[in-house]
Amino acid sequence: MALETMKEGHDGSGMGLILKGLGGEFEELKEFPILSGICSEQGVTILDDYMNKVGFKVKYTWTPKTKAVKGITGRDYYFSRVYDYPEMYKYRSLEDKEALLLKTRLELRRLGESDESIIVFAFYPDILALKEVGDPLQLGEFFGLDKSTLKAKIVLAQGRQNTNYAINLYACHPFFIQGYGTMTNGENTAFIPIREFLAGRGFPGYIGYNSDSEVFCHILHYACKQLGYPLHYYKDIVTPLKQEEIDERPDREAVGILKRSLRPLCIDGPNCVIGFTPDGTTFMLQDAKKLRPGVVGGVRGKYGLMSEECGLDRVVSERTKSEDMFPMKYDMVIIKPDAEEVMVWNQLHG
Amino acid sequence: MEPAARLDNNHELAIKDFPYIIRWRDDRCKRCGKCTAVCPMYSIEPAVLVKRTLHSEGATPEPVATRRVETIIKQTTDIQKYCTGCGTCTLVCPNEAIEPEYNPAHKFNFHKNKGGHPYRRGGRRNDPSPSTLDKLRFSRISMLTDPALDAGRHEFRIRTYLGRMLPAEDLPVIVRNGKLVVDRKSGKFIPPVREIYPVMIGSMSIGALSPNMWEGLAMGITYLNEVEGMPVVMCSGEGGMPQRLLRSRFIKYFIPQIASGYFGWDEIVRAIPHMIEDPCAIEIKYGQGAKPGDGGLLMAHKVLKLISEIRGVPMGVDLPSPPTHQTKYSIEEAVAKMIQSMSMAWGFRVPVYPKISGSHTAKAVLNNLVRNQYAAALSIDGDDGGTGAAYNVSMDSMGHPIASNIRECYLDLVAQGKQNELPLIAAGGAGKKGNLAANAAALFMLGASCVSIGKYIMQAAAQCFGDEYNRCNVCNLGKCPRGITTQDPRLYRRLDPDKVAERVVEVFKSLDVELKKIFAPMGRSTELPIGMSDGISSDDPAVAERLKINFAC
Repeated sequence: MALETMKEGHDGSGMGLILKGLGGEFEELKEFPILSGICSEQGVTILDDYMNKVGFKVKYTWTPKTKAVKGITGRDYYFSRVYDYPEMYKYRSLEDKEALLLKTRLELRRLGESDESIIVFAFYPDILALKEVGDPLQLGEFFGLDKSTLKAKIVLAQGRQNTNYAINLYACHPFFIQGYGTMTNGENTAFIPIREFLAGRGFPGYIGYNSDSEVFCHILHYACKQLGYPLHYYKDIVTPLKQEEIDERPDREAVGILKRSLRPLCIDGPNCVIGFTPDGTTFMLQDAKKLRPGVVGGVRGKYGLMSEECGLDRVVSERTKSEDMFPMKYDMVIIKPDAEEVMVWNQLHG
Repeated sequence: MEPAARLDNNHELAIKDFPYIIRWRDDRCKRCGKCTAVCPMYSIEPAVLVKRTLHSEGATPEPVATRRVETIIKQTTDIQKYCTGCGTCTLVCPNEAIEPEYNPAHKFNFHKNKGGHPYRRGGRRNDPSPSTLDKLRFSRISMLTDPALDAGRHEFRIRTYLGRMLPAEDLPVIVRNGKLVVDRKSGKFIPPVREIYPVMIGSMSIGALSPNMWEGLAMGITYLNEVEGMPVVMCSGEGGMPQRLLRSRFIKYFIPQIASGYFGWDEIVRAIPHMIEDPCAIEIKYGQGAKPGDGGLLMAHKVLKLISEIRGVPMGVDLPSPPTHQTKYSIEEAVAKMIQSMSMAWGFRVPVYPKISGSHTAKAVLNNLVRNQYAAALSIDGDDGGTGAAYNVSMDSMGHPIASNIRECYLDLVAQGKQNELPLIAAGGAGKKGNLAANAAALFMLGASCVSIGKYIMQAAAQCFGDEYNRCNVCNLGKCPRGITTQDPRLYRRLDPDKVAERVVEVFKSLDVELKKIFAPMGRSTELPIGMSDGISSDDPAVAERLKINFAC
């Protein structure tokens, strides 16, 4: 349904899905990491060999039931596999486990990058990712998503893919790293300085950047996970206030030095960023010029964060439309886990 | 026997050997004498000649010769009095009867070394060809998914930082009640940082500049800050500043410079206890792009009362600044001693940064600074920078262009992940062809955080005649016909400080509009596009490769 909402907006360039808060067959497997990706026949062998070597054991495999659809060239093997951690990691901290998952994903990516034999989108507990190039609705049909029993609390779906650079599966939204996911509409005009800054942080996961939008996800990860800042400081980093505006904030001193130290991460837009954090909080924010569309609306327990209002009508038609939120340049709409509470954080007031 | 050479003027240079030839029109000249009075070089002088005319009035030829003595304007062939092409004669001529014309076939450099003294002058490198900066184009136009920004309608923030930025990982901030607060207990030093306009007026001293010129610049800067809300700052150059300014609240718009002669610093240090505001920053000059490895010299005839008071020296003596800081033997020591001691003088509240001349070795200096938490920035001055006085050979043949120098330094910082920690200031040739906004924007995209201008503002705000065809360029002689670089009251009274200030304001306001016109179509408005190297391209593959930017043709 999320994809159908994009009927009017997409340009047929691709489709990407990230699901979090999985139900159905994944309900009982929440603590185990899911590796989502695509392999060629040869790639499966390489992948299995590598995973065996590291000590990961397959617990469960989900594959979409693909069917031939005109215009879609399918690949050999689409999968989301649940693995059990290697023996020696079973009782290690979450941090150690996350580092292992990241390292494994990056190594698999490296192994299959040259010939596209292995493409991996995510390797993390309770995260399922599916991506392919082509018309989003046809892809939905191709993957049999209309009949699927997959269930998830958070669905990040984007139909219009990165058209700014070469179309490549790693360039497909949404993006994910260690529990943080984002997708974006717009064009990141400050891409190169941001990419260079992130690449210089010395964190192995800050690579790729086949899309100029991938950096939004990594900035979120950097701000919240690496630096440990509360979520709303993400807004302060990507759309910094003017000094005279900062002077009015209660936390002005910290925001002031933060702005300087993270100057290269200003996104400058035009972008609307939608994302989630590991605890299941979702958010939407706009660039400092508010040049892209974006609307949030819904009912308690079910909210949609969309580019267009028509999409929202389709997903949550029962909502009170007059209560829809259109975040402007200073706003960050934050929806608490399980869509229990919605708040609009205003950057001017902190 | 007397050599024939002396009789037929063979020892004299021909007018064609000179870089500028005076075109004087007998039919227009009314012999008022203004041009000869005003010529700073005494290149033209009133002269007399005898004219013999023949005329015949009858039906048959009966020629009668008449001899008349006429006054004319004559160009000298004395190399010491060469015409600099400044054109002051043209300016004062009521009848448009005189003007110098450039002579591309001149042999000036062959002869301008009388007495074994090499040619010395002011100005910048005599190379009129467009610089690399002039040839870069802004080719990344934001047309893909969005409307480009509107330079007139959208809000732009054209600002930069001067000062050391801590990496975010090292910031002393902690989370308290869901908010970030600065952790006072950490005892961590947060270096001072100024938010300024990204184009500053570079170091030109009171002494090199006339009092009227310096005052005009200072008033313009102050107006921009106080009235226009544009935080443009200006560096003093070596030689101190007036006590009245040091002790005023306006000192925050100025960057006092300390150089190898330390001129003026006794007076500045004495003023510190009386200062009511901190200066914007302190610049330590280690080198100058126009004359790398060469010191400064303020000639005795420029050291008049005002200069001697500001610099704390007697009147009428030569003031040489040595090429090197005599008390230091290395950049490491300079960093350790000078930057830290200058920081300490203002209680670590003022950013202190060095300025060096462009060089292949700039990266070595850079890396030294990166490791010193008190170093606030690095200013690199390229070989198209100007000077008030230098040997021609230094200006024309020494130095490193700014474009690739700033780029390689920036990329070196990128490789270390420190590109936001130590801002780079680019100088030396921005606006050489009048394209200040385009040159500055290109430098930002190559990696500069700030651009410093000198020669450009002299040309734009006070109509400095100097150009890369060696026009005028007599800043070193104290004979500046515009009154910009002279201490002679008869000359500098020609320059109205209010007019200079007005022009400074106009220049910066129009620069601001032009920068918006560049940034808007590229989709940048919130932060300065530092290092946005995908924004620019070159039509020269070698340049594109060297600068690691796009090649477009």
